Amino acid sequence: MARGKYDIKAFPGFLPMTILCLVILYAPLAVVTIYSLNDSNSITNWEGVSFRWYADVFTGPESEKFKIAAWNSFTIAIIAATVSTTIATLAATAMVRGGRFKLRTVSFGLISLPLMVPEIVTAVATLIFFNSIGFTRGYLTILVAHIAFCIPFAYMPISARMQGIEDTYEQAAMDLYATKRQAFTKILMPLMLPGIISGYILAFIISLDDFIITNFVKGAGVETLPTAIFGSVKQGIKPNIMAISTMLLAVSIIMVTISYFVSKSDNTK
Amino acid sequence: MKTLLKTTATAMALALAANAASAEGKLVIYHWFEYIPQELLDKFSAEHGVEVVMDTYDSNESLLASLKAGAIGTYDVAVPGDYMVSIMAGEGMLDTIADGELANSGNIAPEWADPSFDPGRKHSIPYQWGSTSFSVNRDVYSGDINTTDILFNPPSELAGKINMLDSQGEVLAMASLHMGMPQCSNDREQLKALNAMLQEAKGNWASFNSDTAKEVLVSGDAAVGQIYDGFGAKAREEGANVEYAFPQQGYVVWMDNVVLLKDAPNRANALKFMDFLLEPENIAAVSNYARYGAGVSGVSEHLDPALATLPEANPPADAGAGVFIEVCNEETQAVYDTIWTNLKK
Amino acid sequence: MAAGAASGGSAKSDTYADARTWLLLPAWAVLGIFILTPVLMMLVYSFLTKEFRGGVIWELSFAAYDQFFCSRGLFGDEPCTVEWTYINIFWRSIWQAGAATLLSLVIGFPTAYFIATRPESVRPVWVFLITIPYWVNLLIRTVSMKFMLRDQGPLNDFLISTGLIDSPIHIVNTNFAVQLGLFYSYLPFMVLPIYASVERYNFNLSEAAADLYASKMTTLRRILLPAVKPGVIAGCILVFVPSLGSFLAPDLLGGAKNFMIGSLIEEQFKGNAGNWPFGAAASMILLSMVLVILMIFARQQAKAEKGAG
Repeated sequence: MARGKYDIKAFPGFLPMTILCLVILYAPLAVVTIYSLNDSNSITNWEGVSFRWYADVFTGPESEKFKIAAWNSFTIAIIAATVSTTIATLAATAMVRGGRFKLRTVSFGLISLPLMVPEIVTAVATLIFFNSIGFTRGYLTILVAHIAFCIPFAYMPISARMQGIEDTYEQAAMDLYATKRQAFTKILMPLMLPGIISGYILAFIISLDDFIITNFVKGAGVETLPTAIFGSVKQGIKPNIMAISTMLLAVSIIMVTISYFVSKSDNTK
Repeated sequence: MKTLLKTTATAMALALAANAASAEGKLVIYHWFEYIPQELLDKFSAEHGVEVVMDTYDSNESLLASLKAGAIGTYDVAVPGDYMVSIMAGEGMLDTIADGELANSGNIAPEWADPSFDPGRKHSIPYQWGSTSFSVNRDVYSGDINTTDILFNPPSELAGKINMLDSQGEVLAMASLHMGMPQCSNDREQLKALNAMLQEAKGNWASFNSDTAKEVLVSGDAAVGQIYDGFGAKAREEGANVEYAFPQQGYVVWMDNVVLLKDAPNRANALKFMDFLLEPENIAAVSNYARYGAGVSGVSEHLDPALATLPEANPPADAGAGVFIEVCNEETQAVYDTIWTNLKK
Repeated sequence: MAAGAASGGSAKSDTYADARTWLLLPAWAVLGIFILTPVLMMLVYSFLTKEFRGGVIWELSFAAYDQFFCSRGLFGDEPCTVEWTYINIFWRSIWQAGAATLLSLVIGFPTAYFIATRPESVRPVWVFLITIPYWVNLLIRTVSMKFMLRDQGPLNDFLISTGLIDSPIHIVNTNFAVQLGLFYSYLPFMVLPIYASVERYNFNLSEAAADLYASKMTTLRRILLPAVKPGVIAGCILVFVPSLGSFLAPDLLGGAKNFMIGSLIEEQFKGNAGNWPFGAAASMILLSMVLVILMIFARQQAKAEKGAG
């Protein structure tokens, strides 16, 4: 790569585009953070700085509801993302590494089906379906529904990645007497990692953010963060929602920072 | 990957454990979003030793859709609006409250004891009532606002700055009042005129939005907003110079009611809850929280004094009549559905 | 070599052909039971008679499809003429979703590429940087976006203070605001698949092209883009298709003055109309439309692979 100043990887204008992208992503969040500090009942009028909405999140009348909702949301998102990413990885292996077969196009259609049906239709249909098989609505129904509709979001980046990996690596390993299973776990999986991580993250944020389907299949008394937040804003968006959002951002940033340093120390070992 | 699996397993185990905990004495309420103070539910729990579980919906129609999809039999009580009570009764979704089953039924205010949507209060008790009209920003327009022209034939200062509720019932009922025609008309000329009037009025509207109806008024993004009286009051209290209108042509009145659902799994507790809400002190707590009126006698001494003089809840003497949204028959409703689709196509 | 890389060696490989049934079984089972069955139920519903105020009556009827394609006037008693209402709604949604996808691609591709060319240790940080905003609820993000774009909002204030414009640009309640909102709702779904593809790209190919005096743009177009095509397609699907049925951004940012597919269908199940068969029929028409587009994609990819092989 010693080509002096001429960097083959760099394209002019890509850095400004990336910066623009980040500005668009984060500018509205700056609004969220600023208004979480508003000493007013309204998000549209500014009445000075105060931390009272943060206190409200922990001690206010809704604190218990939000605590349970946050717990439900995160456990569901983690489980749903893990299961759907596993299913999607297996499916992608069959689709990309399984040769030609009759049901390939049909399988692709089935995998992308949750994407193509408007959410409200899946919601009503799933509710009718759950009721007709006598599946009591609650935590489990949300989880099952989330696993199902997260699959295409996990599948797309994983399969895109796998299509970019020539199978010569696995073939070489098998020529050296690796079993198929070993070729899969020792060769293909590590090469697939960025795709799998991307798929996992997409499934995670899709599950964390879902409102429509969750609202229909959740059953009495089980709330997730989106349903609790949508519920709260019906009486007007109060700064406590902004405070919750800001804290979620803070948690995610802390987790990313920790994982960054952990992986860094892993690499140096 | 391993840590991830471990976390997943732990989360799963904990979640299942949480699900297993459920008490004997239960009450399952299907309620509007965010419209009852948690303290009141806790009080009921403590007084009767009943575990209260609440699920929420965001519109009368989604309540109906969910019950139609098979959720009936899992809830004890729900809180539908006036016209939805008669629809649900027509669908056979409501259980009948026998005479004498409610100890406090005498507390229902006389004017709400025999409403058109539930004659004789066979299935329901009053919960909260209020009106749907519109608020106008007085910084933008200082003329007479007590006319539906503000929405449908606005003065030039307000044209293009109007937010309507994204709700067929409320918009079309208001439009019918503006045209001076019945809400469920069969007269073809009237219906054509209504359709044409709405098409023209739409040109002056900025948006349809229910979720942020209050916010757009407070922020000044809209100068006129169709809105519920309680939200109108909140917009004013948050500093917007807005005034709630009571049009001469009339305005929409609504009442939410606690109904006893068919196949209620905890019928006895449901009746206890209804009796609880008929006690003036308890229903007043809802009014103080939501800023709407209660339909129970003797409630006034428990109310926040500010409510008595709230301009949004006290129409002037020369205001038009308040009307409920009417329930049309299938054939007529089809025409109104087409008019609404035409409006938004 | 280049041709081999471009086709990605994908479907030709049959390393795991003997295990494919077992590999696909979990996906088939979960999706078959929890997505396909409900969808088939909806297909059946679209051919049933509507029950007034929601629900269905078990009698065969084509009324839902008739309503979609046939205009019979305000009172439903005129002879059938072509109904443009719903076709227009579909067309509008496709157009908006397409514009949002293009916007995501134009901004998302350089971003994904930029991330993939960072040193390996910092790439995950960049990936998270793109996805952190999505921990905040969609509703809150959309409301904040609306706040940014208001006539008196920070964006207009900033542009006026820099002297670029004299009076505020009116963005809220326009089509552009909807596209911006859809773009903001789904951006990571474009960036991540492309990133996963580009990260795998063999930069020696670009180098070889440069050695043969190919310009940067030629290298981008002829070598890089074909190699990362699967990622670009995956990203486009993940942004375009959900955008079609979305209604939060259109409602909040576009003013909801015109139906989009999502709100039209929602209205049939949750609104006054309560016309389940029609909602089901509209969903089925949307579904078959998208399905056809995806199948054509899949076919073409398969053909390209055959040609390359």
